[in-house]
Amino acid sequence: MAVVAYVRNATGPILPPPLAQRGAIGWLRANLFSSWSSTAVTLLLAAFCLWTLPDLIAWATTRAVWRAPDGALCRAHQDGACWAFIAAKLDYFRYGSFPPTERWRVDVVEGVGAVLIAWLLWPRAPRRGFGALLFFVVYPIVGFVLLRGAVSLRLPLVDTQLWGGIFVSLLTALVGIVFSLPLGVMLALGRRSRLPIVKAASVVFIEGVRGVPFIAVLYMAENMLPLFLPPGWSPDRFIPPLVGAVLFAAAYLAEEVRGGLQTLPRGQYEGAMALGLGYWRLTGLVILPQALTLVIPGLVNNFIGLFKDTTLISSVGMVDFLAAIDNGLKDAAWSGPTLLATGYAFAALFYFVFCYAMSRYSAAIERRLALGRRQ
Amino acid sequence: MANGPIIEFVDVHKWYGAFHVLRAINLTVGRGERIVVCGPSGSGKSTLIRCVNRLEEHQRGVIRVDGVELTRDLRSVDEVRREVGMVFQSFNLFPHLTVLENCALAPIWVRKTPKREAEELAMQFLTRVKIPEQALKYPGQLSGGQQQRVAIARALCMNPKIMLFDEPTSALDPEMVKEVLDAMTELANEGMTMVVVTHEMGFARNVADRVAFMDEGEIVEINAPNEFFAHPQHERTKAFLSQILR
Repeated sequence: MAVVAYVRNATGPILPPPLAQRGAIGWLRANLFSSWSSTAVTLLLAAFCLWTLPDLIAWATTRAVWRAPDGALCRAHQDGACWAFIAAKLDYFRYGSFPPTERWRVDVVEGVGAVLIAWLLWPRAPRRGFGALLFFVVYPIVGFVLLRGAVSLRLPLVDTQLWGGIFVSLLTALVGIVFSLPLGVMLALGRRSRLPIVKAASVVFIEGVRGVPFIAVLYMAENMLPLFLPPGWSPDRFIPPLVGAVLFAAAYLAEEVRGGLQTLPRGQYEGAMALGLGYWRLTGLVILPQALTLVIPGLVNNFIGLFKDTTLISSVGMVDFLAAIDNGLKDAAWSGPTLLATGYAFAALFYFVFCYAMSRYSAAIERRLALGRRQ
Repeated sequence: MANGPIIEFVDVHKWYGAFHVLRAINLTVGRGERIVVCGPSGSGKSTLIRCVNRLEEHQRGVIRVDGVELTRDLRSVDEVRREVGMVFQSFNLFPHLTVLENCALAPIWVRKTPKREAEELAMQFLTRVKIPEQALKYPGQLSGGQQQRVAIARALCMNPKIMLFDEPTSALDPEMVKEVLDAMTELANEGMTMVVVTHEMGFARNVADRVAFMDEGEIVEINAPNEFFAHPQHERTKAFLSQILR
């Protein structure tokens, strides 16, 4: 008869998993070759890559024309990119028609901005509160003065008509991102409010802006903004597109944030209320930190979209990065069949680098937050 | 004010839509008194104690906490909430803050205590519930029993006059129930006014001054624990106790 009772009297050894389960072989087995269909797809994709990638990489590197005074060499080498065109026009792509002697001002604004942004985004940076003060209060004033110019400081005025290229795109995206998030959060809180007027106003704004294409928002801002300002105040030509970008992005962000607010368990509100925290305190200290981290993927998604949507400001007369490339393509000295592809490949690379950086940063933040909230 | 009852329910009614969830509740709780409320699920016991700090609003009758009547007035509600601490079944700790930050949050932002003082206070209470070494961890890294004790410490950091417990051990694994009940017993022995909704009859017998039985929105019977458990008067109380005390 089988023995039913059993008592273990010595603990067994703790062993590592078998060789086929760990290391590179284990990863390959689990991710690329885990089943017959998975193996088939892996092989198909590998074949596709081998068929297309070498040609593409050669077009961009080995067969490309890197240096040339004009388009003749590019016209002669039609199977490669014309990077010489980009090199020749690079200053125009970066600064637009900003006067060459004053371009250092754009560089300073971009450099300081990059340092401040890195300071604020680095999770373990010291004294981030001070950095926030610099970035949100001091930097806009200093940046505005530097870019626009001030006669009293002996900085020649540079009309915004001359601004163009990369720095306009970055500036629009930065202003759009920085100002749309607080506005979006307020709209989301307003939509969830129990006060009927606040709620109705938020709903009307969000649904109204979401129902209209971005270009239309830009046109409306262009034509209607002067109506909202005191008579005699005519805003700089750059202000309406910035306002339009902020309002547009805020409406979409509001819905993202509202999704996060809804997902948060009711117990969090109750726990905070039971401690005596008033509405704004509990929203700022307990609810928003959690709700915003819940929707980071969605927020970054919106920011990435906004970054690329800024190109639409060219339809209201601003020369953004893509418009600068379009202008450069019209140069007769460089015309040739490879020019279009080269120009847009460069644009794609630029946008890809920034958008990919944003998405990697958000992934890192999500990982870091997940560590502290293992529940 | 210092001598009257600390909680007063006078003919309190509450409806959820058409459902009459609290019916003619009359209850006074004296200072330092410990009340245990028991009853079947759906009887309104959680709703009852949630009315004390206005997490639920009553539609008829008067509720007074330490002399302050609970009305729509937001300032009186906040005033009451500062003096009433609550411990929830699902802990409701803030997962994005450390244990220490959880406890110090309310003193810093509601009582305007300076940060260092608030953190010292928090450490004191964490020591009282016997988990000072967990102060810098996040709630997600603690066991259920530890999280509930943090919740108790967090409520105590506001120096409340009343502590409400809404089924504090119902979501815990059995081996962790004792540590939480011990913390609550210690609190009771120090003279805190407590209103506890629980199924832990042992706790009720040892700690309560009075035990109340609620069913279908009414307080059916309320009595001192010996009397309540030994000689239940009402039919429904007898039926309930026979099911609970096997």
